[in-house]
Amino acid sequence: MKRAAEIASTHNTITLEALNQFTALLKKEFLLETRQQHTLYGVMLYIASTVFVIYLTIDSPDADTWNSLFWITQLFICINAVAKSFLQEARGRMLYYYSITSPVVFILSKLSYNVLLMLAMNLVNLLLFTAFMGNPTESFLQFLFIGLLGSMGLGLVFTMLAAIASKAMQQASLMAILGFPLIIPQLLLLVRLSKTAFSEVFRDGVPQQLVLLLVSLDILIVFLAVILYPFLWKD
Amino acid sequence: MRLTWWKITAIVLLAYAVIGGLLLPVPELTQLGETIRNLYYHVCMWFAMMILFTISIAQSIKYLRTGSIEHDIKAVSYAGVGTYLGLLGYATGAIWASFTWADPNNPAFASFGSIMREPKLIGAAIALLIYGAYFILRSSITDMDQRARVSAVYNIFAYAMLFPSIWIIPRLLPSLHPGQEGNPALNFNDIDARMRMVFYPAVIGWTLLGAWIATLKIRHKILMEKKWFTNEK
Repeated sequence: MKRAAEIASTHNTITLEALNQFTALLKKEFLLETRQQHTLYGVMLYIASTVFVIYLTIDSPDADTWNSLFWITQLFICINAVAKSFLQEARGRMLYYYSITSPVVFILSKLSYNVLLMLAMNLVNLLLFTAFMGNPTESFLQFLFIGLLGSMGLGLVFTMLAAIASKAMQQASLMAILGFPLIIPQLLLLVRLSKTAFSEVFRDGVPQQLVLLLVSLDILIVFLAVILYPFLWKD
Repeated sequence: MRLTWWKITAIVLLAYAVIGGLLLPVPELTQLGETIRNLYYHVCMWFAMMILFTISIAQSIKYLRTGSIEHDIKAVSYAGVGTYLGLLGYATGAIWASFTWADPNNPAFASFGSIMREPKLIGAAIALLIYGAYFILRSSITDMDQRARVSAVYNIFAYAMLFPSIWIIPRLLPSLHPGQEGNPALNFNDIDARMRMVFYPAVIGWTLLGAWIATLKIRHKILMEKKWFTNEK
């Protein structure tokens, strides 16, 4: 009994320690973002110029075009925003992380930070799209929710791919090559699901089913990341 | 050349699949006509491809568990042959589609856009793009151990993502392709009994042939590695 209690208490301290490391790493990401503001502003400028180019090349897109343009833009924003999360980590710094934390905590902090970043960028993108090209959605709140859900999924997939690509040369372009085939099903699901916000009538229960599918895909990705990242981590 | 039992099986089954596939009776369907015989070649390519990709994943997992470079060589060889069979699957599918799907008033190239938006074709395209990316990833890492490790991770990650997509996409898009519910040709009601007599041996035969080619590639690569190391000494 005593032994079991001991094991339980060490287990508790381990999880507590992991939690502390996790918050510290997450805080570090935010600190870096405020210190090196050029990367964040770079991504925002990327969004602004992309939306502006789309606005100039297409007059007033109908709902379907608007929808697919929105998601394509979101995909490219994701590649640019998430790519830097591993590219900015120099070899020496990775070695330092190696000595202070575990791979699981590290990848979880990266995943969470990138999801938060993508949620914010989704709002910026949606704001700019609405400002430049109007908003053909029937139910704005619904679209907002779907957008946030989708950005979360994009952020998760590309975080893992950034981790893989950071080990190779020509990382940025490699990330797109590695990622596009994997993101197709999610993107199709999202474009389809978004149509609920454009007053397309669905059979009962279908939108809920699609949301459930997206959420379970996200869980799968987190699972895979936790299992596979420790192998990438060793250098 | 050593002929083990499974290589002899491959030769016998493939001889049967080619000769029997062209001569044995098939059901007469007005739309398909004699093109129905393509089932023995087209569908088998995809079956063999998926089996070889699965072997490749198993080798990648083994590599991550043991760290022996031999498993990495096996993983890349099986993936390579699988990709080649996938391309053959597209080629045989294109021949078939040009007789059955293509609009007779349009040249074949003009029908391409409407044919390609087909769940099974998209699923196959995703699989081939994944393995294309896998080979590019490999070629962009110079360190041998790192290349093996990183590409094994991508192999497993991509394969795990491929399955939900094969399951999801058919539920989002309409399809003309046979075998809408589940896997084509695995369903017993889908396929005539006479054809099953050729089809199943053909699947096994093509898969064994793929594995045979892969083992030759593996032996060649291992010999090359040995040559390198002895030259260095």
